[in-house]
Amino acid sequence: MHLAYPTIVAALLFSVGVYGVLARRNAILVLMSVELMLNAVNLNLVTFDIWYRDRLHGGQVLTLFTIVIAAAEIGLGLAIVLLVYRNRRMVDVDRLRALAEDSTRPAALEAGPQPEPGGEKAGAVEEAAP
Amino acid sequence: MSGPEVVFTLLGVVAVGSAILVVTTRNLVHAALWLVVSFGALAGGYLVLTAEFVAWVQVLIYVGAVVVLLLFGIMLTRAPIGESTDLDSGNRWAAAAVAVATAAVLVTVMVMGFRDERMPLRDGGGSAEELGAAVFRTWVLPFEVLSVLLLASLIGAIVLSRSDIRARPESEARQGTRPDEEGGG
Amino acid sequence: MIWLASLVVLLPFLGAFAGMLLGPSLTRLLGGRSGTDTPPLRNGPALIACLPIAVSLVLAAIVAFVAWQDVDERTGSLTLIETGSVLIEVGLQVDWLSAFVGLMVCCVALAVHVYSVAYLKGDRRYSSYAAFVSLFTAAMLLVVYSGDLLVLYAGWEVMGICSYFLIGHHWEDRANSRAAVKAFLVTRLGDVGFLLGVLVLGVGAGTFEIDEILRNVDELSAATATAATLLLLAGVAGKSAQFPLHTWLPDAMAGPTPISALIHAATMVAAGVYVVARLHEVFVEAPTSLVVLGVVAVVSMVGSALAALAQDDLKRVLAYSTISQLAVMAAGLAVGADTAAIFHLLTHGAFKALLFLSAGCVIVVAGSNMLAHYGGLRRGMPITFWSMTVGLAALAGVPPLSGWFSKDSVIEAAQHAALHGGESAVASAAVTPPGSTPGLYALDVDPDGQVVNLPGGVAWLVYLGLLLTVALTAAYAMRAWLMTFFGEQRGSYEIREPSRLMSWTVAVLAVPAAILGFFGLGAAELRPHVGAASVSFLLVVVGAGAAFLVWNGDPAADPARVLGRARPVFARAFYVDELYALVIVRPIRALARYVVTFDRRQVDAAVVGSGRGATWLGGRIRFPQNGNVQNYLTGLLAGVVVIVAGVVIFL
Repeated sequence: MHLAYPTIVAALLFSVGVYGVLARRNAILVLMSVELMLNAVNLNLVTFDIWYRDRLHGGQVLTLFTIVIAAAEIGLGLAIVLLVYRNRRMVDVDRLRALAEDSTRPAALEAGPQPEPGGEKAGAVEEAAP
Repeated sequence: MSGPEVVFTLLGVVAVGSAILVVTTRNLVHAALWLVVSFGALAGGYLVLTAEFVAWVQVLIYVGAVVVLLLFGIMLTRAPIGESTDLDSGNRWAAAAVAVATAAVLVTVMVMGFRDERMPLRDGGGSAEELGAAVFRTWVLPFEVLSVLLLASLIGAIVLSRSDIRARPESEARQGTRPDEEGGG
Repeated sequence: MIWLASLVVLLPFLGAFAGMLLGPSLTRLLGGRSGTDTPPLRNGPALIACLPIAVSLVLAAIVAFVAWQDVDERTGSLTLIETGSVLIEVGLQVDWLSAFVGLMVCCVALAVHVYSVAYLKGDRRYSSYAAFVSLFTAAMLLVVYSGDLLVLYAGWEVMGICSYFLIGHHWEDRANSRAAVKAFLVTRLGDVGFLLGVLVLGVGAGTFEIDEILRNVDELSAATATAATLLLLAGVAGKSAQFPLHTWLPDAMAGPTPISALIHAATMVAAGVYVVARLHEVFVEAPTSLVVLGVVAVVSMVGSALAALAQDDLKRVLAYSTISQLAVMAAGLAVGADTAAIFHLLTHGAFKALLFLSAGCVIVVAGSNMLAHYGGLRRGMPITFWSMTVGLAALAGVPPLSGWFSKDSVIEAAQHAALHGGESAVASAAVTPPGSTPGLYALDVDPDGQVVNLPGGVAWLVYLGLLLTVALTAAYAMRAWLMTFFGEQRGSYEIREPSRLMSWTVAVLAVPAAILGFFGLGAAELRPHVGAASVSFLLVVVGAGAAFLVWNGDPAADPARVLGRARPVFARAFYVDELYALVIVRPIRALARYVVTFDRRQVDAAVVGSGRGATWLGGRIRFPQNGNVQNYLTGLLAGVVVIVAGVVIFL
C-alpha cells in the first residue's frame, strides 16, 4: 500500500481540525476539532509504525496512549467548559477575553456574574479554556 | 491501485468529509454525530492498515466514550440543540486560509518525502496479542505513568466540576499545591 | 576726600544689606514688634536705614564744603580692573558738581527715609522697602561721585532695578506691578543705548575715565562724539523721562508717595540730567545731539505741562510737572547753560521732594489721590498747606523762591542763545562754584570757554518753549493749589495734620525749597536778569491769574473744564501711551503670540506628533491583542505555517 494515502488523509484531517479550532465559537466544537487533530496524529503514528515494521510497536502503543490521554483531556476539557459555563452562562471562546486589558474589555463581559470565591480559579480556567 | 488502497481511499474520503461536516455544520448535535462517522471511518482505516487493536480501541473509547461525553457537555451547557447561525466566530476566513495553507504544506511535505514509499501490510501486525506484549514488556513504565496521569485528570475533573469545593484561603493555598494545577498537568 | 566720598556711597549700600538682614532682629532686640505700630526708635529697619544716610549726609556736607572752599577737582581710584584693551578704573571723582548733587541726594534721601517711617507704618515689607531705598540712594550716589563711565553705568543699572522693586512695592495690586514692569522696560530700552554710548565714548577716547575723556575731548572725532552722545541721550531720555520714553513716569506714581519723591527729586530722573551735565563738554562737540536734546526738551516740557494741566490725580500732576521741569534742565543743557541746569536740578530736587512729601500728607489725610476729593484742606493742616504752597510757588517760579532763580537763569541762557545767533558762552563746568557769598567766589569764566553752536531756530524754539512752559506751570500749580486747599471740602474725612514725623519733615524741607535760590546769587550767570525775570514773572502772573479767574468763577468745579475738547487729549498725555500700545505693544504681542503658536504648532508639534504617532501606532498594534485567544492562535499557526513553508521551499 502506498504510504501517501494514509499520510494525506491524516494531513487533511489535521487541517480540518485546525480550521475547526480556529473558526468555531462554541468551546465544545473546539474540543471536537482538537479530537480530529489528535486522530490525524494517531493515523500517522499507526501508518509509520507499520511502514517501519516496528518490532516494539512503538507507534501503535503510542497511539493507544494518545487515545487514553485524549479521553482524559476531553474529560478535563469538558469540566473546564462546564466551569466556564457556570461562571459566564456561555461557552463562546471568542468572548472570553480575560487576557485583554481591562480598558478594552467590552462592557458586556463585565455584566456576567463573577462568583467571589471562584474568582481566582475562574481566571485560571479562562486561560486554559481554548 | 490495489484493493486496500481503494478501500482506504473510500474510508479516508468518508473520514475527511464527515470531519469537514463536523467543523461546518450548524447543528451542534449533528456535529457530534458526524464526529462519530468520522471516527468510525478512521477505525476502518486502522483495520485496513492491519492495526486491529487500535481500531477497536478507537471505536470503544472515541465513538463510545468521548462522543458521549461531548454530547453530555452539549446538554449541560444548554447549547442550542437545533440549528444555530452563530457557531462560527469572526475569523472564519483567516482560519480557512490557515487551514488550507497547513493542508498544502503538509500534503506537499508528505508527497515530496514519501512519494515512492510503500508499506507492507501483513496480518496480525497490530493484533491484541502483539500489542499487549509490547505494552507490558517494553512500554510498561510509560503505561504506569499514564495511569497516574489518568488518576490526576480524574481528580482534576471532579474538583473543577464540583461547585461545593471552595478555594482555600490564600495563606493556606500558598503552602500546599492546588488541585487544579495537578489536573492541568 | 575721596575716602569721604566713598564712605558716602558705601554707607547706604551697607545699610541696605544690613537693614534687609538684621532689621527685623534689631526690632526684636529693641523690644518692638515687627509689622505693627512700633515707635520709630524701636523700629530696627528704620534705624538701620536712617542712620547711615544721616552719616552720609554729614559726610556729603563736608565734601561739599571742602569742594566749595577749594574748587579743584579731585579724583581717586580705588582699584583697577585689567580688561586687556581698555583699563577700567573703579574710581571716584569729586568736584563742585558731584559734591552738590550728592549733598542734595543725601538730603532728599534722609527726608524720604524719615518720612517713610511714618508713611509706611505697619507695612509688612517695610524692611525690604527701606533696604531698597538705601540701595537706590547708594546707587545714585555712585552715579554722582563716580569718576569712571563704567562705574557710573553700574550705579545707573542698580537704580533701574531698585526703581522696579520700589514702584512695585504694593505688588498685590496688578496695576502696580504693571507700572513697575513698564518703568523697568522703558528705562531699559534707553539703557541699551546708554551702554552702547558709554562703550563708543570709552573706546573712542581710549579710556572710561570721565576726567580723561573731558580733557581729551578735542581729539574725539565728530562722528564718534555725535554717535556717543546720541546713544547716551537715549539712556538719558529713558531715565530722565524725556519725550519718547517719558511714559513710565506718570505710571510710576503707583509706588508709595515717598518713592515718587525719591525718584522724581533726587535719584532716578536726576541721573539723566546729571550725566549730560557731567559729559557736557562732549555734548558741546556734537551740535547734532544738542539740537536733538533741545527739540526733545521742548516737546517734553510743553507737552507734559499741558498734560499736567488736565490731570485728575495730584500725584500725576506732579509727575508731569517733573517731566516738564526735567525738560527745562535739558533745555538749559542744550543751550549751553549747564550750570544753570544743575542749579535747577538742585532747586527742583528740593521743591519736588517737598511737593511729593506734602502730597503724601494730603493723600494720607484724604485717603485719595484725586484732586476732586480734596478742597478746603488749608484749615485743618496748616503745616502741610504752607509747605506745599512754598513748593508750588517754587515750582511755578514765584520770586523769591528757589525755582524762580534757577528757572530764570535757564531762561536767561536760552534768551541769550536765541538773541545771539544760537551762540552762547559756556562756562567751563569744572571751575564754577555755583554758590557763595557775592563777590568772593565770583564766576570764573573759562578764558577759552567753548561756544555752543545751536541753530538759531532751535534756540528760539527752546526759548519760546520755556516761556510757554513757565505760564503753563504757573497755571497747573495754581490749579492744584486751589483745588486742594481752597473751596469746600469734597470728601467725608477728618482734616488734621498727619503724624508729626511726616509733617515736620515736610516743614523742614520747605526751608531749602524757599531759600536755595539765594545761593545762586554767588555766580554771575545764575543771578536773575531784569529782562528775563520780568518776562517770566509776567507769564507766571498770567498763568496763575488765568487759573485763579477760572477757578473763582466756580470754586467747586475743576478749572480744567475750560480746556473743553482738548482736556481728554491732555489728560491722556496726547495719547502717547495709546500710540505706543498700537505701534509697539500690539505688534510685539502679536509677534509673541505668533511665536508661541509657531512653537506650539511647529516645534512642539514635531515632538508631540511623534508621541501621538507612537500612541496611535500602539493603539493600532494593540488592536489584535484583544484577548480573543482564537485570534492569537490563528496568528501563531499562520506563523508556523509560514516558517515551515519557508523551510520546505528554501531548504
